[in-house]
Amino acid sequence: MREIDVQIIKNEVKELFIEMNYEISPDIKSAVTCAIACETSLLAREVLGDLLKNAELATEYRIPMCQDTGMAVVFLEVGQDVSFTGGFIGDAINQGVREAYEEGYMRKSVVSNPLIRVNTKDNTPAIIHYELVPGDQVKLICTAKGFGSENMSRIKMLNPSEGTSGVVDFVVETVHLAGSNPCPPMVIGVGIGGTMEKAAIMAKKALTRDVGQNSDDQVSAELEKLILDKINGLNIGPQGFGGRTTAFAVNINMFPTHIAGLPVAVNINCHASRHREVTL
Amino acid sequence: MNPIRLTTPLTFEAVASLKCGDRVLITGTIYTARDAAHMKMIQELEKGGEIPFPLDGSVIYYAGPTPTRPGNISGAFGPTTSGRMDKMTVPLLEKGLKGMIGKGLRSQEVIDSIIKNRAVYFAAIGGAGALIGQSVKMISVVAYEELGAEAIRKIVVEEFPAIVAIDSTGKCIYDRE
Repeated sequence: MREIDVQIIKNEVKELFIEMNYEISPDIKSAVTCAIACETSLLAREVLGDLLKNAELATEYRIPMCQDTGMAVVFLEVGQDVSFTGGFIGDAINQGVREAYEEGYMRKSVVSNPLIRVNTKDNTPAIIHYELVPGDQVKLICTAKGFGSENMSRIKMLNPSEGTSGVVDFVVETVHLAGSNPCPPMVIGVGIGGTMEKAAIMAKKALTRDVGQNSDDQVSAELEKLILDKINGLNIGPQGFGGRTTAFAVNINMFPTHIAGLPVAVNINCHASRHREVTL
Repeated sequence: MNPIRLTTPLTFEAVASLKCGDRVLITGTIYTARDAAHMKMIQELEKGGEIPFPLDGSVIYYAGPTPTRPGNISGAFGPTTSGRMDKMTVPLLEKGLKGMIGKGLRSQEVIDSIIKNRAVYFAAIGGAGALIGQSVKMISVVAYEELGAEAIRKIVVEEFPAIVAIDSTGKCIYDRE
């Protein structure tokens, strides 16, 4: 067994959440730069230019890029030969989030009970997805999820006969309905197959994949390109003001499903698409 | 095209002259209110009470900033999605609210009330919180402090950048003909 002190995880969580809120991801920066080159509308180019300026100011003045510094979502892939020491791993992750949001001057956007709605004042609890994998390493994937885009996400249990075209139509319809709300250009995470919750979690995890990195699976990769083309034909554009860049990427994850079903989940992210990962 | 300079409170003439798609720079006092503050204001109005700031000619900004780092004047201060406030907006427009700043489409009910009350809806760039924060020169909480980021803040802005998204005739930047 390889022992890992949970304090190490806590420190990584803290560092990753601060970094992703203050520093634009390299993949997003190049996606914005590319989009400026291919937009024909002056307003679209100006908006995209402002996003780059915003990222520069965030770094220079130590201000988060966006006031919605998100709800903390953590995927933890734990090698089965790893033993955590020094406390409960879930507490360590939440402590890392707590310290990041306090010391990083980030907004506390979490309420304790969804109906009573009292702010927890430290942005916890985080949403944590644990997965056991072979080996003795730990992969920590973090995303600070804003809710302007989260609110525009949808899930549908299609009939198997609806097939690929049913999936394409549902994803494109979801983006069309989202319109200007999720801060386009968006990143679209799609989970296809599994069960209802499996599809939703796959869609979320798809958002943590870099823009420009298509799926390793040939069928998924081709579908990603097809759907992205359709979405960028919607003329929603940066901020919904019109233009060719409605989304930077469509990232798809698939999983086997039941003979009777075809679940599809669409999780939308804003142009910042904050994500970071580290392997320990 | 050079941006139009506006000062708050907004006058009838200033609002009437704005056209959908105009770039504007807003200077003066504006008030922030999000979901929770709107719910409280509407409850207050239903009880026959008063809104905690002068509504006549005022501008509401749908936003909740990050905490200000010592040495800075403002944290990240970009707009939130306006549509969530749609169901609570008409009573405020009826009572003198002239401008709203946020991001995203409004309901037909809000657009109709914008036309009826000769008001204007501005879009600020969502996700440009650090950039927009540079135009904020003073922040103070004026009501509902217990709501934290959602409290009503009075902010003084200088050349706050925005775009006319719905003008007083109802023309909307998000429409695609």
